[in-house]
Amino acid sequence: MGCEEIMKQKKLLKSHKSQEAFTGYLFLAPALVLLSIFLLYPIGTMFYYSLTDFYILSPDDRSFVGFENFIRIFSDAQFLNAFGNTVYFAVIIVPVQMSVALGLAILVNKNIKGRTFFRTAFFSPVVMSLVVVSILWTFLYNPSEGLFNEILGAVGIPEQPFLTSPDQAMNSIIVMSIWQGAGFQMLIFLAGLQNIPEHLYEAAEIDGASMWQKFLHVTLPGLKNVSLFIFITITIAAFKLLVQPMIMTQGGPLGSTQSLVYEIYETGFNYRDVGYASSMAVVFTLIVLIVAIIQRKVASEERGS
Amino acid sequence: MKKKKTFQRIVLYISLLVLAVIFLFPLVWMVVSSFKDDLQIFRDMTSIQAFLPPMPGEAEGGYLENYIVAFERADLFRYIINSLIYTGGIIVTGLFVNSLAGYALARFRIPFMGIWLGIIIATLIIPPESIFLPLYLLVFNLGWVNTFSGLIIPFIANAFAIFLFRQFFLDFPKELEEAARIDGCSQIGTFFRIIVPLSKPVFATVAIVLFINHWNDFLWPLVVASDESIRTIQIGLQYFMNQEPVEWGPMMAALTVATIPMLFVFGFLQRYYVQGLTHTGSKN
Repeated sequence: MGCEEIMKQKKLLKSHKSQEAFTGYLFLAPALVLLSIFLLYPIGTMFYYSLTDFYILSPDDRSFVGFENFIRIFSDAQFLNAFGNTVYFAVIIVPVQMSVALGLAILVNKNIKGRTFFRTAFFSPVVMSLVVVSILWTFLYNPSEGLFNEILGAVGIPEQPFLTSPDQAMNSIIVMSIWQGAGFQMLIFLAGLQNIPEHLYEAAEIDGASMWQKFLHVTLPGLKNVSLFIFITITIAAFKLLVQPMIMTQGGPLGSTQSLVYEIYETGFNYRDVGYASSMAVVFTLIVLIVAIIQRKVASEERGS
Repeated sequence: MKKKKTFQRIVLYISLLVLAVIFLFPLVWMVVSSFKDDLQIFRDMTSIQAFLPPMPGEAEGGYLENYIVAFERADLFRYIINSLIYTGGIIVTGLFVNSLAGYALARFRIPFMGIWLGIIIATLIIPPESIFLPLYLLVFNLGWVNTFSGLIIPFIANAFAIFLFRQFFLDFPKELEEAARIDGCSQIGTFFRIIVPLSKPVFATVAIVLFINHWNDFLWPLVVASDESIRTIQIGLQYFMNQEPVEWGPMMAALTVATIPMLFVFGFLQRYYVQGLTHTGSKN
């Protein structure tokens, strides 16, 4: 092959390569353009607004205020209350919902009659939207006419105020949220359980392991990755709490169910204080990012070891 | 030993049944109450009747009275159509845009590939709740408030969907595409004529995930589609709930109606949905 031939082939290869890159970008372009406009740009403006005193009614005279909004956040009782409520919601719901979901998955994974029925039953609340469930449970929780107090009354427990009491409202929302969501994570756990090789259980059996020991040394380690995934999704979902308080309590009574995203919504849309609301949104985003980064770290360490 | 086993079985079934009751009774009550008038709902609440449908001839005005009232008091039909346009619009355009992007990321050698992939994975984490305020201002400046464009266009490109498509196409056998290329098919032609028809499961999965997510959407439709003519069902339900006078029966009828489309999706397509979410669960 002469030198010229090689040069020719190289050129052909090069043009082929650049053509591939061109087509590739053609395929990618719509998604990249849309993501840039409707995701990256808003993220950027959120950070920018958070450093200004942008007020919707006077959008033109906004000025740069540095970290003033962030300083204001940490002395704002209303924000701190919403933040605390959201953390409380997350701290309770994450372990409880995970345990409930795992328990349901283990039960349904057993060799039982009517498996499909039970699985469908536990999953059925997931089929309803959070709005439907929130409205339905508001009626169930109704202090004087609701079904729950009727049932409690039948077994001799006095009437409970549920959503109308600052002490019970958040817990009432938590119970409902677990009821609505656990079936979803049950399905993911179930897939995880079915991936644990049967021979591990058999080996444990030969070693004379009890049911509890099998759970501790075979089931739990086998579910590590799935649990991590579920842990992260429930945590992030918990920090996004909005629909339940918005529909059931409007953040009340006495702000006891006000959540982080609800506070951002009210500050931005009701008070039109975009700058301040953006700084809250930045805090919210950072929390979500930190949770996600922890997950990546743990997951990659898993893979490394 | 055998006795112990039977005993365990009995305990297992009893706990399963109790749990099933706990998970089902609010739903049963909702559907059953949607066929009763308010007087009967309250009268039945003190007994097991609360979970039983009305006896023949018991429902005054007929079983469907609540549904008729609900559709009269709130334009549920309109809201459901709006929700279908909203979710349908996102699904149709989203499948197109995201599958192309996922394919490009899986197959083409593109300069800066790592950066694009990194950006898409990063955007996977940012929830819409973070950016709804700046996004609203953007959509407002575009003049898209109370339009389907404002509802749909910001959510067509979806990092999660792109990622799911990419994973699928990475596992797709290369030989088929090479054969098509040798036969003179262009890359775009190969994609639409060879890849897409053979990738129905992943398209189905993405479509269902998109449907479920957006059918349940609350915050974005709430801020961007406040006008009644464009209201989605979730927002419509919230308005209906706060509309005086509060009637329990029609409310339950409305909630039941709003759940039917999801029942449909889960009933027929659950397989794809479970595949999709277990796939992301194990690979994430």
